[in-house]
Amino acid sequence: MSSSGFPWLTLVVFLPLLGVAAILMVGETLARWVALGVSSLVFLVSLPLWVLFDESTPAMQFVESHQWIASPSINYTVGVDGISLPLVILTTLLTPLCVLISWTAIETRVREFMISLLVMETATIGVFVALDFVLFYVFWETMLIPMYLLIGIWGGPNRVYAAIKFFLYTLAGSVLLLVAIIVLYFYAGKESFDILTLSNAEYPAWLQAWLFWAFFAAFAVKVPMFPFHTWLPDAHVEAPTAGSVMLASVLLKLGAYGFLRFSLPMLPNATQQFTSVVLLLSVVAIIYGAYMAFAQADLKKLIAYSSVSHMGFVTLGIFVLNAQGIEGAILQMVNHGITTGALFLCVGIVYERTHSREISDNSGLAASMPVYATFLVIFALSSVGLPGMNSFVGEFFVLLGAFLWSKAVATAAALGVILAAAYILWMLQRVIYGTPAQQMTSKLHDMNWREIGTLAPLAFFVFWIGLYPKPLLDVMHASVDHLVQKQAKVLVVDKVSPLPRWERARVRVQSMTPGEVSLLPRRERGEGR
Amino acid sequence: MMIPLADLVTILPELIVVSAACLLLVLDPITPSNKKDLLAWMSVTTLGICFVVTAGSMGDRVFAFSDLVVVDGYASFWKLLLYVVSGMTILLSIGYLKEERIDLAEFYGFVLLSLTGMMIMVSGADLLVIYLGIELMSISLYIMAGFKRFEAKSIESSAKYFILGAFSSGLLLYGISLIFGVAGSTRLVEIAAAVDARGLDDSLILIALMLMIVGFGFKVAAVPFHMWTPDVYQGAPTSVTAFMAVASKAASFGAFLRVMLEGFGGMNTDWSGLILGVCILTLILGNLVAIVQTNVKRMLAYSSIAHAGYALIGLVVAGWVGTEAGVSAKGVSSMMLYLAVYSFMTLGAFSIVAILRRGGNEGEDLDDFTGLAKRHKGAAFLMLLFMVSLAGIPPTAGFIGKFYLFMAAVNAGLTWLAVVGLIFAAVSAFYYLRIVMVMYMREPSPDQENETRLALSPTATVVLVLAATGVVLFGLYPWPLVSLTATAALP
Repeated sequence: MSSSGFPWLTLVVFLPLLGVAAILMVGETLARWVALGVSSLVFLVSLPLWVLFDESTPAMQFVESHQWIASPSINYTVGVDGISLPLVILTTLLTPLCVLISWTAIETRVREFMISLLVMETATIGVFVALDFVLFYVFWETMLIPMYLLIGIWGGPNRVYAAIKFFLYTLAGSVLLLVAIIVLYFYAGKESFDILTLSNAEYPAWLQAWLFWAFFAAFAVKVPMFPFHTWLPDAHVEAPTAGSVMLASVLLKLGAYGFLRFSLPMLPNATQQFTSVVLLLSVVAIIYGAYMAFAQADLKKLIAYSSVSHMGFVTLGIFVLNAQGIEGAILQMVNHGITTGALFLCVGIVYERTHSREISDNSGLAASMPVYATFLVIFALSSVGLPGMNSFVGEFFVLLGAFLWSKAVATAAALGVILAAAYILWMLQRVIYGTPAQQMTSKLHDMNWREIGTLAPLAFFVFWIGLYPKPLLDVMHASVDHLVQKQAKVLVVDKVSPLPRWERARVRVQSMTPGEVSLLPRRERGEGR
Repeated sequence: MMIPLADLVTILPELIVVSAACLLLVLDPITPSNKKDLLAWMSVTTLGICFVVTAGSMGDRVFAFSDLVVVDGYASFWKLLLYVVSGMTILLSIGYLKEERIDLAEFYGFVLLSLTGMMIMVSGADLLVIYLGIELMSISLYIMAGFKRFEAKSIESSAKYFILGAFSSGLLLYGISLIFGVAGSTRLVEIAAAVDARGLDDSLILIALMLMIVGFGFKVAAVPFHMWTPDVYQGAPTSVTAFMAVASKAASFGAFLRVMLEGFGGMNTDWSGLILGVCILTLILGNLVAIVQTNVKRMLAYSSIAHAGYALIGLVVAGWVGTEAGVSAKGVSSMMLYLAVYSFMTLGAFSIVAILRRGGNEGEDLDDFTGLAKRHKGAAFLMLLFMVSLAGIPPTAGFIGKFYLFMAAVNAGLTWLAVVGLIFAAVSAFYYLRIVMVMYMREPSPDQENETRLALSPTATVVLVLAATGVVLFGLYPWPLVSLTATAALP
């Protein structure tokens, strides 16, 4: 662990709470400015993390550790590596944009809204940087309350139902997580909840299997993976724009991050054992999400289902367990955050004008809102995965990784890309070029500077990551390699030149104990062709 | 007969409280009616003095009155908690009783008398002493429950509580008499010796044990001995309900655990198995029935039943691996921690109910909370805090309480019990959050805007601030409380 003197991470995590204190002291109108100022400041403070980050090491950086509770030893330990850093920056980038998009959309209880948003920011960044499992869980659960309020107070007509559904689903998912954390503590026998310490301990295979599914319940609900996704369309549709953006761009990443941070390094054997199940669910999510997106007449629902599909790529990339797949998955997490966040912002902008999310009410916008149409096309094409844009890079890496795992999986996942192109382009055709709805034309006016300012940074990242993803990839290389090497004890995957499957199996089996070999499916045991 | 001075010093806090109670009853008639508040302040001051005395003398295990009374860290912990809770009850009552037009100064006398009973319970080393404590506590509570003497509900509450309480006391007493027949004594140490000597499969001891569990089960409101709880809690004046839900439950748990561990420690597998069944039933029924309640006081009554279920997890763990001191002590300390945390959040929640008024009546219907966030932001936010804590969601104290309980359970090999507990914690979030939903996500109707108001006396504000501070502080920095329970735990 390398540590830096200045407590950057603590500052990034808790600065939003200072903003909350400031908002409590000012009135409704000033609350917006305070929230914008504080969240922008958080973004600025998070930039040194990126600049000072040492890309050559998989070790945790900017580590701070203070004792919180002496017995059992629970510490306030925070740090970032190449996996969490991009997600931290993504969160700090999106929060000020969420404040901006809510500038006029939120008219009632502005202070409470901004407070919820800032508490959300603290909790989500806390989850990404926590290096103590109890601390992680505290942030993980804390997040539920502000999100519940965001959906339930400022949401659409069916908001109460959506809010409680979101809350209970995720809470129920996390139930087993807490037990799993406690069980890990006792089985590791290290008298510590430190995530790195727990990752380095060995657990018997049967225990790993139990823990894997306990983790899975918590993380799969959050991602959300098929069939635990049903809270997502409700929550997305009913949430206010800023809520949808936070939900899609940040909250959904927490589940995938959980897989990367806990399931893979702590439970390598169980991960190996069950990876095919997760891959199957991922592929189902990709195709099912895309298929459902076709049928939606509501813009937000369409994007919500496309989220299910895109997050399927993320879990697919993670569980093919090779460097390409995992790097693609992290990239795709960032991309999905940018692109889907931006699409929700776009829907929010048009909703503020027409007060409808129906595609039929919002058609033919190109004539009356040309600037808006341009942005929408950019983000929609990014969502499709057009080369030169961000999602292409992520999806390409994920598919590459999937191909190394199995051609069938890669083929099925690629089908999702085609479907995405179809439903997104169809949506674009109607929204941009369709016949304008008569009753709405008077309400349509193009974006103002505030709204352009909200979307422009995201458009910039769409092209930057699409054309030059190297800085982002460089940050994650060392950490991902470290993660994959851990898997390599069980599974040896040739990163550079993919070996034929039987060859891979043979190499893999050589590095295993007989007990581990017995966990493999028969055809993977490398017993000749 | 001369009573040794040392014995009297040992029970100094009890003596102070009971003298204050008697003095208060004497002073009451001669105090002018506009100065009655002074008597409440006198009670609070008494509690403050006792707090200092108990905290100062905390430490070694001292027996008094030929081993009838024991003062140890364990007893002192409960006493400290009981002082705080009683003090908060009195502070809450000053404004509340006036609002309800039942501001009689005897009330504070009964609080102190009841507290004396509770202190005797947690300090009793003899079943009869514990029984006397229980009776002193209960009889005071019966009267307090019927304090709204113009309201049928309150009278009903008092009568129900009295009848069922007397019944449970009878069962307890029957158990004590059986055990006296076996051991020839009611002292816990001699009972423990008799249990060891007679062997574990002595049916007489088993029957006595079961009767004890039933008796204490009534007092802590565990299923299936919980029937009285909802009606009594709903009908009693709210500050009394808070006192019952918190103080009497804590004291009963304190005595329950001591009797089980010190008297029946030898047959820990028997009682922890029995209590395990009670615990699971309590978790299931308390949480499920709370879901359908529309009266907040009644819902909090079922919630207090559910929380008794959680505290019982600690008791089960305490007996589960009785020979391994470390594991058992973790169960004890986690139960103590849980009840301490529970006290703050439950008192806070009941305080909000007590200050929320619709016209001249208490706002205890779920509807009375509608749109509270629009009308009284502070009250709504505090209620949100207490509800989140009761649901066990971090970063509140409720989470810390549950966390330590589940740690203890997993440590004792009861991982599945931790899973059951957590599943029902998730269920409980549904009904706690419904109050949040009603407060924040519904618009108040126009007549609610006009009719509902807060009866927020300065002392009630102090109570709310104390409760909220406890919930937040023990959530963010629980170590002082955790270490206190760890050092004070039996054995």
